[in-house]
Amino acid sequence: MRIAIASGKGGTGKTTVATNLAQMAARAGRQTAYLDCDVEEPNGHIFLKPAIEEERPIEKLVPTVDPRLCTHCGACAKICRYGAVASLPNETLIFAELCHSCGGCELVCPVDAIHEAPLTIGTLRLGRSEAIRFVEGVLNVGEAMSPPAIRAVKAAAPRADLVLLDSPPGTSCPVVETVRGCDLVLLVTEPTPFGLHDLSLAVEMVRAMRLPLGVVVNRADIGDRKVHEYCKGHRIPIMAEIPDDRAVAEAYSRGLTICDAVPGFAERIGGLLARIDEGVGR
Amino acid sequence: MKELVVISGKGGTGKTSIVASLAVLARRAVLVDCDVDAADLHLVLEPRVVRREDFISGGKARIMPGHCTACGKCEELCRFDAIFFDGPGNGRVGRTFRVDPLACEGCGVCVDFCDERAIEFRPEVCGQWFVSETRCGPMVHARLGVAAENSGKLVTQLRRVSQEIAQSKGLELIICDGSPGIGCPVIASLTGASLALLVVEPTISGLHDFERIVQLCRRLGVPGLMAVNKADLNEEMADRLEAVARQFGVEPVGRVPYDPEVTRAQVACRSVVEISDGPSARAIAAIWRPIEERLRSSAASEATGLVQLKVN
Repeated sequence: MRIAIASGKGGTGKTTVATNLAQMAARAGRQTAYLDCDVEEPNGHIFLKPAIEEERPIEKLVPTVDPRLCTHCGACAKICRYGAVASLPNETLIFAELCHSCGGCELVCPVDAIHEAPLTIGTLRLGRSEAIRFVEGVLNVGEAMSPPAIRAVKAAAPRADLVLLDSPPGTSCPVVETVRGCDLVLLVTEPTPFGLHDLSLAVEMVRAMRLPLGVVVNRADIGDRKVHEYCKGHRIPIMAEIPDDRAVAEAYSRGLTICDAVPGFAERIGGLLARIDEGVGR
Repeated sequence: MKELVVISGKGGTGKTSIVASLAVLARRAVLVDCDVDAADLHLVLEPRVVRREDFISGGKARIMPGHCTACGKCEELCRFDAIFFDGPGNGRVGRTFRVDPLACEGCGVCVDFCDERAIEFRPEVCGQWFVSETRCGPMVHARLGVAAENSGKLVTQLRRVSQEIAQSKGLELIICDGSPGIGCPVIASLTGASLALLVVEPTISGLHDFERIVQLCRRLGVPGLMAVNKADLNEEMADRLEAVARQFGVEPVGRVPYDPEVTRAQVACRSVVEISDGPSARAIAAIWRPIEERLRSSAASEATGLVQLKVN
């Protein structure tokens, strides 16, 4: 079972939910994997403190031009829809940051002057935290495109009974890349106007992808009741509610997993796991 | 003209709440919501839309089922696993290929290499952008389409429009509400800006993310200031953040305490400085002074040469 933990709004508690779910599931004897797909700002390692067993570069393919063969015909620049190739009278320039690795320029080059070569855009780290198999991707600072790094994290997912994917915030391409192919998307939100608005955007995205979804309301007693009303009106199951608790915020600030630090929290996460297993979100 | 970009690395640190208050304190500024895939500033500023435009960018491939001979070349060439063999049949073949628009990245390779010319490429409406009037001045904002791409290009477009408005109305300041992360929309928000205000929270995650966003600011040559939000959650960590900030040449401008008034303001569709004179409202007013001073002394933004992404 692959479960993505996502949200429209940032800072609603995705990583808190994902890391604690991983810990509770693993302690219950389930084969569990945690994938940190928030490659721009991965934070799961702070809480799970994994022992890293393997590190390897995340690469994307970018074209290289052999100047001895290039006839400056411009076919490569013409096919590139991302502006990543510029064909000048005496030179062909590649802007690697803009390249989506579609391979079009190599295919179209009539004199075989273009070949793709790997370019490192980040680092993949694999390890273990207790019984949890841990994978994270870390995008290099200055790299604009995270989807290739997210794909690398997902491709490195170990076999496990429960795979938890900690998603980046938002609703655009990095999130789409993370949740694609998951069996359930848990959207973590908070009951405030910002939380509700971004939740509704995230719900639209998940529904457009035809994936089952459920909601976790964090800091459930702040703000107003509109998130609850929205979920009821849209027939979205609220799979867990986590009350606002300064002890949780303080434990989080110190990088502790909340299940260990705050009494009563483990039971809530256990309840969420049970709801997931019942398939309420389906 | 100066552009202040409020950014955080980590999500949910309070960027939008602080921008809404700064918008009130600045009085004369153009406001831009650059967090195009989870925009929230409009919930507080209640904009009245005066101009509405489609954001058209890139395109998506679409296979015309009547022309497809099911040769499978498109599927073989597609690097994005966007092509599926489950399209409707036609007179010649029982099934055709189909493009999943949510997986298609718009490279057009399938279009160019289809021998039957059975694939069309259509420009995509990826969202809408708006120019609005608010009680705090003009605002430029957008709504990215569901699961759409090109958020960086949309951000660049919003900034360009805001610069035009600032110029035509004689406004000296643009305040941008940025998005979390360090990727494409953040790079598009920061490139060429005059000053970044980094809003961080005093947690280990906050520190970790701050170190990455501050490196990005450096690479892009944008000077930074830092405000610690919800600072009383962990004062020790707030001290550490400020020390790290100084090492990076980023000046700490103050601490905003955790204050339930912030949520109350949000529910009331107001900024906290409008409804409260409590600890957070006072702290935000206090950080505005050094920001304003720094903006006054910094060089004007070279807004004319905006590039979407940094090219090494």
